[in-house]
Amino acid sequence: MLKKTCLNSCHIDAGGKMVDFGGWEMPIHYGSQLDEHQWVRESAGMFDVSHMTVIDILGSEAKSFLRKLLANDVDRLKASGQALYSAMLNHEGGVLDDLIVYRLADGYRLVVNCATREKDLAWIRACAEPFGVVVATPGQLSILAVQGPEALSILQSVLDPAQASLLSQLAVFESGVVGDWFIARTGYTGEQGAEIILPNAGGETLWQALLAGGVRPIGLGARDTLRLEAGMNLYGSDMDEGVSPLACNMAWTVVHNGRDFIGEAAVQAARAAHVQPRLIGVMLKERGVLRAHYPVYSGDACVGELTSGAFSPTLQCGIGFARISASRQPLFVEIRGKRLPIEPVSLPFVRHGKPVYTIIS
Amino acid sequence: MAETRDNVRYLPSHEWARLEADGTVTVGISDHAQDALGDVVFVELPEVGRAVQAGEEVAVVESVKAASDIYAPVAGTILVCNDVLDAAPETVNEAPFEGGWFFKLQPDDDNALNELLTPEDYRALCATDDH
Repeated sequence: MLKKTCLNSCHIDAGGKMVDFGGWEMPIHYGSQLDEHQWVRESAGMFDVSHMTVIDILGSEAKSFLRKLLANDVDRLKASGQALYSAMLNHEGGVLDDLIVYRLADGYRLVVNCATREKDLAWIRACAEPFGVVVATPGQLSILAVQGPEALSILQSVLDPAQASLLSQLAVFESGVVGDWFIARTGYTGEQGAEIILPNAGGETLWQALLAGGVRPIGLGARDTLRLEAGMNLYGSDMDEGVSPLACNMAWTVVHNGRDFIGEAAVQAARAAHVQPRLIGVMLKERGVLRAHYPVYSGDACVGELTSGAFSPTLQCGIGFARISASRQPLFVEIRGKRLPIEPVSLPFVRHGKPVYTIIS
Repeated sequence: MAETRDNVRYLPSHEWARLEADGTVTVGISDHAQDALGDVVFVELPEVGRAVQAGEEVAVVESVKAASDIYAPVAGTILVCNDVLDAAPETVNEAPFEGGWFFKLQPDDDNALNELLTPEDYRALCATDDH
């Protein structure tokens, strides 16, 4: 029996094609994944991400606990509401999960992936024990991400005055609380937008108001191509417990500043050894589509594989991430036995609707 | 419910084949197939003049979801491919039985199409697919 979010009937009413996504019945698209992708780049779309996991860390030792638990340093969150992207590592330096941590008035809120929920909670609770912090999983919450160039203005028009006022004061990667709503200027598309965590009881009302305001529902298919164009990793595809942050383009999120965090020694050793493969953006020069697990060649030598791949609706070509141990050009991808040239490019591919990559020569 | 056509025969792998008045066979994928694939973004078509066996992989259709092989419904020689799909692969979604055809072939045996699924057989197959 699949789990359903509170917006399940809204998806079905909107023509959502429902699939099993990590044990949840979720919409893969509502007719056309390409149209949905374009709509987010040009106007505004909404994503039901209520399947994701919200974990609140509360108590006087919350900060010292998270400075130990996370590879990024929550000490960088100087004011309530600020947010940070981080890896949570195991002792071997592998990525247990990636998450966003928001500073609350009285603690911190983590939003972690859906498929990793039980594993993360067990790990966090075990690590938290010596710190005496509260690890809470507030239930009965819906999470709606509203993304696109029109997202903020439409949100302003449907929120109540207090909520709208809060949203207007938030900068990118800031959040705030009004009543029992949590509003954050974060997202997974490379566009402007917000993510709203609210009690289930209000979810459908917000959904309907946004629909009436011109926001279209967006499925998981477009969510994946949007995040890939935006150069953002997907846990389980681009990294997992066996992958170092250095090998998944997350080195920038690992802060070594003298504090002792879980996995630090392993990451330092890996840095010193210079043996980690790297995750880079690649583009297919010929017509076609890149897909995860296609082998990648540098000259005649197989140097790795694609971890993600898709047809980019914005760029109209195949794009992907390649984890490779050598990047000496020319690079090729093998598709159905044929080797086709690919170009390494800087990430992201697309930001705010426009191509922003450069080809690395 | 996906549309089916009565003037074509089908493969269990969801290709359709239509015998034309000039004895050639036009091949495409069914409405059921395009719906299951989602937006088509690229079609790799066979070389004209290639001799193919029934059931041989001759083309690939790439959608936002996956890459799928397209099989020759009958033995024959590829006569022409649908160049429209190079610039407008979405035609496969919009008109799978019309403008979204893949290629035409000259069959080795005029009667070979009779071996394929009838529209009734194919509808029954899709009905079991849906559940």
